[in-house]
Amino acid sequence: MTGIFVLEQVLNGLQFGLMLFLLAAGLTLIFGVMDMINLAHGSLYMVGAFLCAWLASKTGSFVYGVLGGVVLTAVFGAVLEVSLLRSLYARDHLSQVLATFALILILNDGVKMIFGADLPLAAPAALDGPVELLPGLMYPAYRLLILAVGFGLALLLYVLVQKTRLGALVRAGASNRTMSSAMGINVARLFTGVFAIGAALCAVAGGLLGPLLAVQVGMGENILILAFVIVVIGGIGSIRGALIGAILVGAIDTLGRTLLQHMFREFLPPQWASAAGPAFASIAVYVFMAVVLVLKPQGLFPVRS
Amino acid sequence: MLIDLLMKQAALVAAAAAVAATPALAADRVKVGFVSTLSGPSSALGVDIRDGFQLAVKLNGGKLGGLPAEVIVSDDQFKPDVARQLFEKNVKRDKVDFMTGVVFSNIMLAALPEAFDHKVIYISANAAPSPMAGKDCNPLFFAVSWPNDAYHEAAGEFANQRGWKSVYLLAPNYQAGKDSLAGFKRTFKGQVLGENYTKLGQLDYAAELAEIRAAKPQVMYIFLPGGMGINFIKQFVGAGLGKDITLLLPGFSADQDVINPVGTPMAGLFNTAHWSPDFTNPANQKFVAEFQKEYKRVPTLYASQGYDAAQLINAAVRDLKGKLDDVEATRKALKSAKFDSVRGAFRFNTNQYPIQNYYVRTVGSDGKGGLINKSFNEPILKDHGDAYVQQCPMK
Repeated sequence: MTGIFVLEQVLNGLQFGLMLFLLAAGLTLIFGVMDMINLAHGSLYMVGAFLCAWLASKTGSFVYGVLGGVVLTAVFGAVLEVSLLRSLYARDHLSQVLATFALILILNDGVKMIFGADLPLAAPAALDGPVELLPGLMYPAYRLLILAVGFGLALLLYVLVQKTRLGALVRAGASNRTMSSAMGINVARLFTGVFAIGAALCAVAGGLLGPLLAVQVGMGENILILAFVIVVIGGIGSIRGALIGAILVGAIDTLGRTLLQHMFREFLPPQWASAAGPAFASIAVYVFMAVVLVLKPQGLFPVRS
Repeated sequence: MLIDLLMKQAALVAAAAAVAATPALAADRVKVGFVSTLSGPSSALGVDIRDGFQLAVKLNGGKLGGLPAEVIVSDDQFKPDVARQLFEKNVKRDKVDFMTGVVFSNIMLAALPEAFDHKVIYISANAAPSPMAGKDCNPLFFAVSWPNDAYHEAAGEFANQRGWKSVYLLAPNYQAGKDSLAGFKRTFKGQVLGENYTKLGQLDYAAELAEIRAAKPQVMYIFLPGGMGINFIKQFVGAGLGKDITLLLPGFSADQDVINPVGTPMAGLFNTAHWSPDFTNPANQKFVAEFQKEYKRVPTLYASQGYDAAQLINAAVRDLKGKLDDVEATRKALKSAKFDSVRGAFRFNTNQYPIQNYYVRTVGSDGKGGLINKSFNEPILKDHGDAYVQQCPMK
């Protein structure tokens, strides 16, 4: 196993992790600030992907499609929050789970009715080729774009949360919602804003991953579980935790899949090794979460006081 | 109590005798249950089989074998349990005479028992797994497409002819995937550097491509139908692997449904199939022309299989003069039916799988700015059956 191979897999893991971060960041904010378990977060990712794909086909441009899709999804998120989800904050977590689960089903069929079961989304042709990062390592240009956008947004979120007034409000709300409200913060508007930001981040992930995966109904369900795992690992309400957690989960999943497969191929027939690798990598992610919970029950970077 | 039981038994016997005594009437129409994958990344395959099938029915005046045809189409959504429910509905509620349409082997294998338990014949216009060609063969199963291994055996033979020495193999981890790489390895004489089975439906191949790059094969052979193949080929090219590695494909990953989204990187790629749009036999020329007229696109091999499935049913029902109540007679009619297949010569083996030629095709210009498959004249495998027929007890 050469250095090039390991480096390429590290990049793959990073790319996967950063996209998970975009979902986990929104989820952790919503969970942290509004104390709401939002199972429909994966559906926001799906709605975002569909809107990006639809706009990209209407405008003929991938960039305009994604930008427009992000804006529309943020608006959709805000509308959803004001109309439907606002009534859930006061309720217990189980009611929130039931209501947002119902939302998943409604959004799945709603999207199917409006857009059909799937939409095509192609990356811009200029990024179809590889970039020579090192002699012997050609990495797809499009995945480099994903890495760049992922890092950029992580940085932007850090600046937003740590250095701006809005960020201070968000951190206050995540730390102690009752006290923030007592201090006169307009909690209702803050919540709508947080939800809209979360929806926008989902749309970025959906639009960027669309060309690699498929924009189809039900695409949000698998990625939602990993997003929740990351939120738990990183600490509820912590963007920093979401980033570290996402990168760790992405690395464990990708590296585990390939390294474990190599190991299994030594003594298992290829079909078994190919199936066992990803299965064990998946187990590894959950074992990691369990270990973190045992050592640090509040997550790696807890914010709750 | 005993009297009651005896009375019930007598009533049943009388009823059975009454039913048996009624003369066999010709049915007033032919009902076909068509279950296929019509949504999701691989929907193009199911849609094409359906369109090919319905085109044949339309060109026969809405009839099959002289009887008005009712084709009940439903979407299995790429889910085996949905397909099972749809089969059950078609067989029990709609009382169809034939079932057909499924694209994927795993979905078909899950749903077939629903048909076979009720003595309904299944005509496969695509999936034809190797166990059912051999020890699991079933008299109610007819494959009008090809044995699962065939395209891959042809590709292995072509690789030998080209003198290619090393290959890396990749296929999804399900019955057809296992059949495909087993078929390739059966004929290929060079070295297999790697054999990777990915998850069925997986669309992101970054990790696998890094492995391929590290293995440095001369040839990359994949079996990835539908959306899986489209994504793999795009990502293969995007990772810069197309420069040093020759991509060899079965027709499943190189037909029009893949050529259109992938575009110019497909040009020049070799692939193997039992059918090509440029075959010159009259049946095919009519099929391709009518398909393009009706659906405004070039048919894929999946469409040709749907078309042939309908023509097979047409010939069998015609030979039976519309009498569809005797399953054994219907079977014999299907086995011996003579119809003009768009692929040219066609006949069934003893295990009800085809014996036919396989050809090498290459993706070239269609003269109108697009790409289309063009076949070599000489078949790479002639009059080829399958490796499992000896294990099937049917004779």
